Amino acid sequence: MNVAVLPGHNADESKRIAAGYGFWIFLLSDIVMFSCFFASYAVLVHATAGGPDTRQLFDVDRVAIETACLLASSFTCGLAFVASGRRSAALFYLSMTATLALGAAFIALEVVEFVSLAARNAGPGRSAFLSAFFALVGCHGIHVTIGLLWLCTMMAQVYAKGFRGDILRRILCFTLFWHALDIVWVALFTVVYLIGVAP
Amino acid sequence: MTESPPRPSANQLAPGDSPEARSGSEIGGYVIGLVLAGGLTSVSFWVARGTLFWPPSIPTALIVLAIAQMGVHLVFFLHVTSGPDSTNNVLALAFGVLIVFLIIAGSLWIMANLDHNMLPMDRLMEMQR
Repeated sequence: MNVAVLPGHNADESKRIAAGYGFWIFLLSDIVMFSCFFASYAVLVHATAGGPDTRQLFDVDRVAIETACLLASSFTCGLAFVASGRRSAALFYLSMTATLALGAAFIALEVVEFVSLAARNAGPGRSAFLSAFFALVGCHGIHVTIGLLWLCTMMAQVYAKGFRGDILRRILCFTLFWHALDIVWVALFTVVYLIGVAP
Repeated sequence: MTESPPRPSANQLAPGDSPEARSGSEIGGYVIGLVLAGGLTSVSFWVARGTLFWPPSIPTALIVLAIAQMGVHLVFFLHVTSGPDSTNNVLALAFGVLIVFLIIAGSLWIMANLDHNMLPMDRLMEMQR
């Protein structure tokens, strides 16, 4: 990567600021994409076509566990980021493994939910509401799954190449990605699940 | 292999980098963020189940809590703050929030308006015969 050196920074810092800023722009565009799914969900939430509605379908206890998993994984991801800055390999591997386990638990719970909905004849084809629901929640789930693959890649790269400047930039971008997914989930559990089951 | 460790410096910060990294006290920020975010999440779930509230006020309360929690995530996890070091990051964020607001509010407004002006479905079917 060839980046002009910013005033007051050395070359490595300049690359880090450029890479982080560019990835931040990508994340914001990703959030704009999510907002389209949110808008379609909000428009279609009452279009149940005589099928089950939010109150009959959603299990708030499972959503609470999913939320706890993702929030804790955001924290451990932050720890991994701090560890990478301090070049502490043991803390890095430990917190990345914890992030991986919590993220995998989240995905597993989401798959259980989708399977149980499909088994109750409430799959994505049942109504416009359920199409919008599966599109929105599924899109977030795919993001988390890709994030887990990226997480494994970063652990392997640190193992193979150490805490080099380019690896640290990738870890910065991964951390931003993971925290952004948690922010999307905050909007998601509020708009979809909590408002869906509120009296 | 002797590249200098990328450290936040006085002039600009990449999003995610915190100014506290120099003093080594950044884990404290993540702990505060975890406690605040966990607290707000618990209140959200409690409000959604609770029967203590006037029901029509619950969605608004939940949205306010969610926006507060997103702010906590931005400040304590993503380190996007109002400090002079992250002006570029905040400007990009402000633009993103504007677009998100336009998409969501605009969609709801237009679709509610269409819905309001549309003939009831049974009348529509009769006219097509």
